[in-house]
Amino acid sequence: MDLIADHISHRFGALDVLSDVSFTVRAGEIVAIVGPSGCGKSTLLSILGGLLRPSEGAAELRGAPPSGSLNPLTFVFQDFALLPWNTVEENVAFPLLHTSLGAGERRAVIDDALRRTGLSDFRAAYPKQLSGGMRQRVGIARALAVRPAILLMDEPLSALDSQTRELLMEDFVGLLADGAMGAVYVTHNLEEAVRLADRVVVLSRRPGRIREIVTIPMTRAERGTAEARGPMAALQGELWSLIRKEAIDAEREVQHA
Amino acid sequence: MLDRSPQETKDRSAEATRPVAFRGAGFTPGGSRSAGWIALALVIAVWQLAGSAGWVNPLFLPAPSAIAVAVTKLAMSGALWQHLSWSIMRIGTGWIIGTAAGVIVGFAIGLSTMARGVGITFISALFPIPKIALLPLLILWLGIGEEPKIATIALGVFFSTAISVYSGVDAVPRNLIRMAQSFNVPFHAIVRRVIWPGALPSILAGFRITSSVALLLVVSAEMIGAQYGIGAFVLQAGNLMQTDQLLAGVVILSLFGLVVGKLINLLEVRLLHWR
Repeated sequence: MDLIADHISHRFGALDVLSDVSFTVRAGEIVAIVGPSGCGKSTLLSILGGLLRPSEGAAELRGAPPSGSLNPLTFVFQDFALLPWNTVEENVAFPLLHTSLGAGERRAVIDDALRRTGLSDFRAAYPKQLSGGMRQRVGIARALAVRPAILLMDEPLSALDSQTRELLMEDFVGLLADGAMGAVYVTHNLEEAVRLADRVVVLSRRPGRIREIVTIPMTRAERGTAEARGPMAALQGELWSLIRKEAIDAEREVQHA
Repeated sequence: MLDRSPQETKDRSAEATRPVAFRGAGFTPGGSRSAGWIALALVIAVWQLAGSAGWVNPLFLPAPSAIAVAVTKLAMSGALWQHLSWSIMRIGTGWIIGTAAGVIVGFAIGLSTMARGVGITFISALFPIPKIALLPLLILWLGIGEEPKIATIALGVFFSTAISVYSGVDAVPRNLIRMAQSFNVPFHAIVRRVIWPGALPSILAGFRITSSVALLLVVSAEMIGAQYGIGAFVLQAGNLMQTDQLLAGVVILSLFGLVVGKLINLLEVRLLHWR
């Protein structure tokens, strides 16, 4: 199943946020969206996931979702969005409660999602008892439970400390390695974009337009090797050179706002 | 290669050292339950001493022992239960009606644009009216009986409940609602599983306020037109200058308020354990 951004523009009142953004996320592909602060990355993700109606253009799907997918477009949120009154298990079960799954099948799905995210021993814990990294793991387990075709990840690591970020990035790489799921990964962190994405959509400052779509010339498996560090750093440098001036302008704009 | 070394210890041969001054004291008041009880016991002891020594006229301020005797006599005669049961019936009925209506209207205001537009205007206009002022009008409408008293309490409870409910609904983090929507969770399930528990802290805080409002209104209403009830009893005792009986009624009201507060505490512990 492909996800298509078709000439998407959006404005909040008089404020133009996005302007004529078009690209396609192909089945199993990981596309990162980067750009200066306030360029509309998260707005674009909300539009792609059907949480916001664009002012112009449309988000479209092409092809059938994989069989058994309960929620083809599934978000992983920056602030985790866990229900604080529910345990880890109940949070993972939450999106399954109103599906056609039977109790036994639901239990199996929950167990599998908790196992894949290393949360099996924490199923009875409440979110307040968990670290930020573990909370995001619950968010990922909840997303995996509905067997998404495409994960929509809105800066999923930005609320975490650098060590936890590193550990979760390794988890992401592992979870997405088999190509069964695609992802749109919004981030301001170019290292994350280069490490995870097949292609990187670079947005200009507000109103966000596509400046360039950069293909990462390495397989995801190759990026885990020591030899890849140099080329990946060079790619990061290239991406930074694309957005540096705009990032400076955007920062000044925010300060003057 | 990393330049590694073990933990460093203080070099004793160098210049004399001095400790860094501690500046982080204060601004962290702790609670002491025993201090509160001791202070209360002290006040009662001084009060009793003043009464026993004849420093104050018992007609104006009877001693705690005299009040305790009055409470005991009331309990033994059965008058206490008679008055208390009428008050509890009025509070209970009025509070349940007002709370049910307040929760329904509060949720409607919190969830519907149309209801918000209309509801907030009416609530803003009517909330500031002292509800006891409506009792004569309610007597005209509903007759002399229990209905106007119960309606007064229900009205007082309704407005505070509606406000606390829609404030609670407004305070539910929008990201949780968006999360539920992103999983295609139906509207009724979002209300039941996200908005209701998210608004519960505010709703229970509202219960604490409305229980006090109900107590205040039942006493006022019973003072205006009732034969039985703690408010009526306090008024009769005042009219007959039986200040020990009057203060016995006040003590009973205070204990009633404490019991209701404890019940709400229990409810909070049970329902908001996740906080």
